[in-house]
Amino acid sequence: MARYVLHRLLASIPVLFVVTLVSFSLMQLVPGDPAILIAGLQATPEEVARIRQQLGLDQPFHVQLVSWYAQLLRGDLGSSLLLGRDVLEVLLERLPVSFSIALYALLITVAIGLGSGILAALRRNTIVDQIVMTLALLGVSLPNFWLALVLIVIFGVHLGWLPTGGYVDFREDFWGWLRASTLPAVSLALLQTGLLARITRSAMLEVLRQDYVRTARAKGLPGHLVVGKHALANAMIPVVTVLGIVTSLLLSGSVVIETIFSIPGIGSLLGSSILRRDYPVIQGGLLFVATMLLLLNLVVDLLYAWLDPRIRYGRGG
Amino acid sequence: MAVRAEAAVADRAPAEETVRRRATVARRLLRHRLFVVGALLFACVLTVALFADLLIAVDPNRISIRNKFKPPGSEWLLGTDNFGRSLWSRVAKGAQLSLAIGFGVVLLNAFFGTLIGLLAGYFRVLDDILMRIMDAFMAFPVILLAIGIAAALGPGSVNAVIALAVVYTPRTARIVRASVLVVREQAYVEAARAMGAGHARILFRHVLPNCLAPLIVQLTFIFAYAVLSEAVLSFLGLGAEPPTPSWGNMIAEGRQYIREAPWITLVPGFALAITVLGLNLLGDGLRDVLDPRLKVQQ
Repeated sequence: MARYVLHRLLASIPVLFVVTLVSFSLMQLVPGDPAILIAGLQATPEEVARIRQQLGLDQPFHVQLVSWYAQLLRGDLGSSLLLGRDVLEVLLERLPVSFSIALYALLITVAIGLGSGILAALRRNTIVDQIVMTLALLGVSLPNFWLALVLIVIFGVHLGWLPTGGYVDFREDFWGWLRASTLPAVSLALLQTGLLARITRSAMLEVLRQDYVRTARAKGLPGHLVVGKHALANAMIPVVTVLGIVTSLLLSGSVVIETIFSIPGIGSLLGSSILRRDYPVIQGGLLFVATMLLLLNLVVDLLYAWLDPRIRYGRGG
Repeated sequence: MAVRAEAAVADRAPAEETVRRRATVARRLLRHRLFVVGALLFACVLTVALFADLLIAVDPNRISIRNKFKPPGSEWLLGTDNFGRSLWSRVAKGAQLSLAIGFGVVLLNAFFGTLIGLLAGYFRVLDDILMRIMDAFMAFPVILLAIGIAAALGPGSVNAVIALAVVYTPRTARIVRASVLVVREQAYVEAARAMGAGHARILFRHVLPNCLAPLIVQLTFIFAYAVLSEAVLSFLGLGAEPPTPSWGNMIAEGRQYIREAPWITLVPGFALAITVLGLNLLGDGLRDVLDPRLKVQQ
């Protein structure tokens, strides 16, 4: 197992390198002079020159590249043009907000997605199965930002049950947090829940056909033990891999959902930075999220290897 | 004479075979209920997009303050927005834009994804480097990378197409590569090589046609994602710039009137949902029929 962990760690280094390179290149993609774009049309030449210097755009390409990596190695993502603060500091400050909502959404996804997927597999080709799969298909097809607005109209405006936006810190007022985060978490969870239900169903059906499940049934094991002990453990393997994708989708969705609900997380920071052309925040934010995802996928892979011994003994093991 | 006639018969046989196989695929698709529903939904949206100019009576950008916030009804089919513009006209024109962007992304994606996938799968020396680069792109959440690229390039539909094509290409490349890895080991590829066929001939005449099924399925889903992602980009102000109507910027504009005039937001969102649902159903159906290995068990 230790060798497998090492193998996976080493394999993620080249990927991380290209990820940092892609983030760096974003600024090079800006057509024309980014400094003029950022400063705006009314800016004086001095202001433009100041921004150009602050971003290091007055340096030749290779110097910019080297100083980008020198900065990264020091854990420095540059500073925001508008907030005048360190990008990493701002990101870390907002991380708990995004994280708490993403976790809430993940709980909803796993509870409903997994539960309904298993139910659909066990009640295969019945009306229950059809209803669950139709809902799952709707889940993957409805745009989540649109659903968020619909939920605001229904639960926030008409029924008045839940707030239409804003954020309450969970460390200060847990119930307030729960009330404020429910609509954003449900909107975020929608797509992933549909995805997870579809995958869980097909993974369960695959496992339920296996000989060992038939053997367990034949030896008279009660149904809940066959499902709980034999089928579920094996069906979890493909499901765990999807959790990496699910988290990636949660992070992607947060840009729009946090903007709609005015939640001060990383997503809304990215959203507002785009409109104000605060390139260091966009660059740093993307790199930060991609790195977190890489780490997360590493954890998922290790979890996967732990669940399925064939993997850790097959390769690198 | 007889020899030539025999040759002609032999030539016609594979062609007949192909025709018969296509007919079988078409029959199986038509029997797939969800595929038919998806095809109908998508056909509706496509018809509206293709004939938008004939179907709308009012210019989508004509402002009429007197008629603002009219709910859907007999006078205004889908209602009007805060400037009194016809939502039907705007949604129809938006369909044109959404589908055009979707097609653009699919075309670019098909070209580059296939090229990279073919090269990586066929030439083993290129495999590692190409696929590591693709992995790095896939480490970013799709929509975040698209937002980053679109933000750098600036708002506009063409830039949105480029951004989305870049983020989805690695996914297609990976699928094509996986099929190439299987196909290149087949006996007919070896036979072609033994008969002196060059790399280009092998790749495009023998390998590519046998990788088409998963590619077609993938491109259908990419179309759905592209339409959805374009809406997200234009919702964030990175797609088509107002007053050009796109479903995303219509939803964004309607947001502030959601209490008094929810239809401004609901109508374009509904159009978006129908399109994506239709494409997803088409993709599911094509996958079940063309690529049975991936079939979600019934």
